[in-house]
Amino acid sequence: MPLIIKNISKTYGQSQALHNLDLEVGDREFLALLGPSGSGKTTLLRILAGLISPTTGDVSFDGADLLSLSARERRAGMVFQHYALFRHMTVAANIGFGLRVRPRRDRPSAEEIKRRTDELLRLVQLEGYGARYPSQLSGGQRQRVAQARALAIEPRMLLLDEPFGALDAKVRRELRYWLRRLHDETGVTTIFVTHDQEEAMDLADRVAILNGGKIEQVGAPNDIYASPATPFVFDFLGAANEARGLVRDGELHVYDARFPLPGDGSGEVKAFFRPHEVEINPADGRGFMAEVVGVIARGPATRLECRRGDQVMEIDWARGRLPDGVTRGAQVRLAPERFTVFPAGT
Amino acid sequence: MSEKSIGRPSPILLGIGVAYVAILILLPMGMVFVEAFRRGPAEYLDIFAHSDTWSAIRLTLLVAAIAVPLNAVFGVAAAWAVTKFDFPGKGLLLTLIDLPFSVSPVISGLVWVLLFGASGWLAGPMASANVQILFAVPGLVLATLFITLPFVARELIPLMQEQGADEEEAAITLGAGGFRTFFMVTLPNIKWALLYGVLLCNARAMGEFGAVSVVSGHIRGQTNTLPLHVEILYNEYNFVGAFATATILAGLAIVTLVIKSGLEWRFADELSASRRH
Repeated sequence: MPLIIKNISKTYGQSQALHNLDLEVGDREFLALLGPSGSGKTTLLRILAGLISPTTGDVSFDGADLLSLSARERRAGMVFQHYALFRHMTVAANIGFGLRVRPRRDRPSAEEIKRRTDELLRLVQLEGYGARYPSQLSGGQRQRVAQARALAIEPRMLLLDEPFGALDAKVRRELRYWLRRLHDETGVTTIFVTHDQEEAMDLADRVAILNGGKIEQVGAPNDIYASPATPFVFDFLGAANEARGLVRDGELHVYDARFPLPGDGSGEVKAFFRPHEVEINPADGRGFMAEVVGVIARGPATRLECRRGDQVMEIDWARGRLPDGVTRGAQVRLAPERFTVFPAGT
Repeated sequence: MSEKSIGRPSPILLGIGVAYVAILILLPMGMVFVEAFRRGPAEYLDIFAHSDTWSAIRLTLLVAAIAVPLNAVFGVAAAWAVTKFDFPGKGLLLTLIDLPFSVSPVISGLVWVLLFGASGWLAGPMASANVQILFAVPGLVLATLFITLPFVARELIPLMQEQGADEEEAAITLGAGGFRTFFMVTLPNIKWALLYGVLLCNARAMGEFGAVSVVSGHIRGQTNTLPLHVEILYNEYNFVGAFATATILAGLAIVTLVIKSGLEWRFADELSASRRH
């Protein structure tokens, strides 16, 4: 693991942005830092870039101390949330900036800088845009210029801060796959901050989920989705319904129903299930009783709101027509196909 | 991005605007030229035959040439510090920058008299060093510096606040040092605001009367700047001379405006590109 982050904390006055955080990032890996706003993910990225210093902790890169290097010595290509393109420079001048500011002895010749700039323009599919100014580009084009500018310095790692945060949904999706291909081509170790779980799951080799300045879980997207380590992770990775339950003799008791639950735990639990993994049965079928309080047709799926006591649950029905008798005010039985349980009090 | 107009202005609004400017600006400016040429061009040109006029022009330009660059450098440094960094005493610095705007110019001149005057705090050391501050060029420069201190900083701070430190941070992560970041990224982004600030600062430096009047001593041919020279001539009932001298000041202001417009026209593309994304 070339990038090793050990015991990093960052305090701003009274508030602590990062708590004793440990993380390792592999060579050529594409890692997503996923978390809600205020979880400390951007703080961690800025520490790696050298724009802020941690209060305590160590970071090493390829066995050498990273924190003792200044931001300009780190060769960490950073792509900022709003791109931070130099507005008075052309696209080509933006991309070549990192080469032009090198000390004279390391600076490539003007022709070499131009050649590399053209190459990068091709790589980010912006050939012919070199003479434009950032204000003459669309959001997606600016994003790619920022990417090319960061790649121009032959970075040892790429740090992307919500790179698609300012783009509309369609462009986001297009650029997402483009970015993944670009990473596979260039092979630069990349750390990518986002609050969009779909983006993180789609793109990354591994995802680190941050909450309140701590890492909740690190792992491959599928592993995290299949076995979330904490209620926060389960909740953050998609819509979730929560019910209180009791585990006894290999069974999960939820309301007036019992569900088989392999494993040998017992005691009070929080039981979570996804809205789209629920079977809807008639009142004499399997599952716990609930009242349908709302039916909203939304494209391919139908959203049901069901109430049990003071708990309102959301069910997404995507299997064609709703079963007979499922209307507003009906009593139905709900049988989640899969539960994820955590001990009560977590 | 161009600003779109929301329609034609109402004729009443337009009329009020034009009348206001005509009465408050054009009328007095016109008066200056009318009075200056009241007795014909020969008498007007007569003031240029006096060495006192030339020394007043030289002195005015000299004071501006010292005060404006100093306050431009200070303004850029202060705006840079205030907008790109957090430090204790930031609020105090901002208040101090505004102080010369809120203090009467006469007081601004008087403080230097209290410091360097015959019984001032620093009178002793200055006398023993044989340095003449009051009633000499250094006093005029100090008073002008004080008066024109806010212009550049005040012009830059809002702009730099809006621009934030993103581009500087990007430059640093791309390997640029402090100097390169400043000259390649920060300065180009603020150069138009800086130019406006410098022009305002210059106009005020050349036109300042109150503070300069207190420290000058009104020695003809030595410590009279153009505005002070106008006053002296007027007090001596030499109305044509006073107004003719005033046209020189007006001429300097017009030259400044022409330079500004010329630069705006020359760099129109770049100006619109650098305004905003």
